[in-house]
Amino acid sequence: MCLGIPGEVIEFLADQPDLARVDVSGVRRVINVGLLSDDPPKPGEWVLIHVGFALSKIDEDEAAAAMAFLEGIGQAYEDEIAALQESMIE
Amino acid sequence: MRFVDEFRDADKAHALAAKIADLCEPGRQYKLMEVCGGHTHTIYKHGLEDYLPEQITLVHGPGCPVCVIPMGRVDDAMALAAEPDVIMTSFGDMMRVPGSNGSFFDAKARGTDIRMVYSPLDSLKIARQNPDKRVVFMAIGFETTAPSTAMTVLRAAKEGLQNFSIFCNHVTIIPAIKAILDSPDLRLDGFIGPGHVSTVIGCRPYEFIARDYGKPVVVAGFEPLDILQSIYLLMLQLSQGKAIIENQYSRVVPWDGNMVALKAIGETMELRPYFEWRGLGFISHSALKVREQYASFDAELLFSVPGVRVADPKACQCGEVLKGVLKPWECKVFGTACTPETPIGTCMVSPEGACAAYYNYGRLTRTRVKEASRS
Amino acid sequence: MTTGHVDQPVTQGAQDADGQDPDAQDADSQDPDGQGAGWVQEALREHDEQLKSEQRNQEQASQEQGDQEVRHAHRGSPQPLPGTVREELVLERIDRARRARPRVKEDRITMSHGAGGKATQTLIEAVFLDAFRNPLLEPLEDAAQLRVNGARIALSTDSYVVKPLFFPGGNIGDLAVNGTVNDLAMAGAVPLYLSAGFILEEGFPVADLTKIVASMQAAAQLAGVQIVTGDTKVVEKGKADGCYINTAGIGMIEPDVNLGVAHARPGDAIMVSGPIGDHGVTIMLARGELDIEADVISDTAPLNALVASLLAQTTGVRALRDATRGGVATILNEIATAAGVGVLVNEDDIPVRAQVRGASELLGIDPMYVACEGRLVAVVDGAVADIALAALRAHPQGAQAAIIGHVRAELPGIVQLKTAFGGTRIVDLLVGDPLPRIC
Repeated sequence: MCLGIPGEVIEFLADQPDLARVDVSGVRRVINVGLLSDDPPKPGEWVLIHVGFALSKIDEDEAAAAMAFLEGIGQAYEDEIAALQESMIE
Repeated sequence: MRFVDEFRDADKAHALAAKIADLCEPGRQYKLMEVCGGHTHTIYKHGLEDYLPEQITLVHGPGCPVCVIPMGRVDDAMALAAEPDVIMTSFGDMMRVPGSNGSFFDAKARGTDIRMVYSPLDSLKIARQNPDKRVVFMAIGFETTAPSTAMTVLRAAKEGLQNFSIFCNHVTIIPAIKAILDSPDLRLDGFIGPGHVSTVIGCRPYEFIARDYGKPVVVAGFEPLDILQSIYLLMLQLSQGKAIIENQYSRVVPWDGNMVALKAIGETMELRPYFEWRGLGFISHSALKVREQYASFDAELLFSVPGVRVADPKACQCGEVLKGVLKPWECKVFGTACTPETPIGTCMVSPEGACAAYYNYGRLTRTRVKEASRS
Repeated sequence: MTTGHVDQPVTQGAQDADGQDPDAQDADSQDPDGQGAGWVQEALREHDEQLKSEQRNQEQASQEQGDQEVRHAHRGSPQPLPGTVREELVLERIDRARRARPRVKEDRITMSHGAGGKATQTLIEAVFLDAFRNPLLEPLEDAAQLRVNGARIALSTDSYVVKPLFFPGGNIGDLAVNGTVNDLAMAGAVPLYLSAGFILEEGFPVADLTKIVASMQAAAQLAGVQIVTGDTKVVEKGKADGCYINTAGIGMIEPDVNLGVAHARPGDAIMVSGPIGDHGVTIMLARGELDIEADVISDTAPLNALVASLLAQTTGVRALRDATRGGVATILNEIATAAGVGVLVNEDDIPVRAQVRGASELLGIDPMYVACEGRLVAVVDGAVADIALAALRAHPQGAQAAIIGHVRAELPGIVQLKTAFGGTRIVDLLVGDPLPRIC
């Protein structure tokens, strides 16, 4: 029920401004983007899909920031592990 | 899959797990509640508890909209489905929820026209294709799903459809969280906040939790790294004695929510004075019903539903599991009388229910897992 | 109508509230119409008895444990116990409940009974096996292994009710031939002869029937079998959804071949012959109800040549199963249960096409439970795993074969998955019916 999947907007349907075709890993589906009418997504942008509707746009900057945080944690971890290993070698 | 796979990286998970362990005060036990059933599902599906130190216990909350539907409402839905010329449409997870006389699935076997749909729009399509039938959509879900139902009703109104209605069982998350906070049975340290509900309501509604109850909340995404990162942020706050609302799922959740969605809900629905929640009892202003202007789409007005309040089977302890007081395996009938195949209560039948998640995915104690991993 | 005990206050409205006597001897007489209360009461009674005997054992054990345990007071628990001890007890209780004699609790067939998961298994064991019981049926493998005048023969049958009849990658006719050919091949048999029975709906276009039959002949030729006998029935409009087909087949089992999931043992490798889930997803999308498009086609194919090639190159194959209804997850559970072993698989190693994964995510289903129609799961002696894998890969149908896990002694009867994320979880038998009428 909380099921929300990220998908990329491919195109809008010609006669129906509320409907857009999205791509999820090569699978294409028509969904309703009416809930994003304040700031409609453009082809190439990503949205969160839930029960046939786009609930929200995926903010690529925020996604990048989240990954950067995780990379940072990962790097710090690797540094620590490396330091630990060096101290063990002697 | 983009925006999915990168949040499932095992190395980063180990890094986060190490940081989380570092933040644990020696000798102190931590209880964090994940409100959302989707989070419970992810935690068990990916084996996230394997990454947490023994000091942290995850308590499963009531954020499973199927789980909180009382048996009486299921019976009402079954009565609607049994009406002549009705096609009942429902999401898959409702199909096996047991009422007093079996579930939708059982009714289907007896010949009732009940169809599974993936979207309320599918239900609308069925209505258009079957003008001589009356199509009812079983509307369930928190604020995540209510906007979709609302948009569907608006569309039905625009098209002037005469044979479509909804049986509205949408519930709202804040009263449930408040009920948990006010419950004397629980002493929680923090909340892993609902992810997709927050795309609609935003993060402001949770501010009272930090302000009035002093508990931190981190709104979390649904990938395993999202949840681990959220736990890390909660532990960080706790170690600093802070209690604020943070948004870890910022790539999807806007702080102010989705105004279009909220407007659609407001246009078509209003709060019921009170509503019964399985396990939590009657909570005021916690559920939605169809507004008068859209009465022709309200199944409760178009048909007569029994409206009988039915108590859970005595053996069923879904209430306590939903509040996080009991772990699934602490319920007396877990795994024996109550299994996914033969569910007594909703926690076992909904894919987001804590009992289903634990039975289907987690059914091993940590010690047995460790022993097995050594092989 | 209430469920549960009478002393629980219930707001009943128009119905009377004195229906049930919790001490009544016959649980089912309390609930003659629906399946609501009867089995619940019975199950609770069994549960109570188990609980009592456990409490007796636990009382002894607790005295031996001393006073240092942490006591948690939980509402609803019959007795305060240390956390992990209580969890262990419950898990043991679950194991016992699962091993109890299977019984069909419903009084009507539901779609779950056809899904290939738990309900199907229970139906087979409680109704069919119970009535027909004999040693040849009991292994419940894909094909029966018979001995007739010294010759070892495999016999199998399958019915096809797929909807829609025509789909990307094939039609019901292809499934009908390949399905039975594959069941025979899984017994290590060379498939020889098939029968084909048709149930046709009044009004079904003859042109469609001709197409289906042509496909069957082509499939039979590809597989090297002949369709030597058959039957035709016609039913009124509204039944049979166009066309239902039943095929049965016989084949000769090679002298030194002895396959069966019960032969699996710790150390064995488990492999699949290619990406999973293609067929089930293709069918779901072909129904056209979902507005989803994808370039997935059914993987229906005869596997006998692949199997022959594998068996020619190694004698270390313990078991073969084709992953149809219920998917790979069902087979893994069958291995674990039949052989009394544990199974550990790695999510990362299971081949799934990106589109199948994407469609599964959209539909909220797990590819491990989705049917294939041209993939096999092989259990192979660990020592020759590499040889077996190479043999599969050398054949066009096994080009993407992969080792997905292994058999072990720990946690017998349980299939454990190591997630891509590094955690672990269980892969249980399918419950319910997420994908109806896919084969």
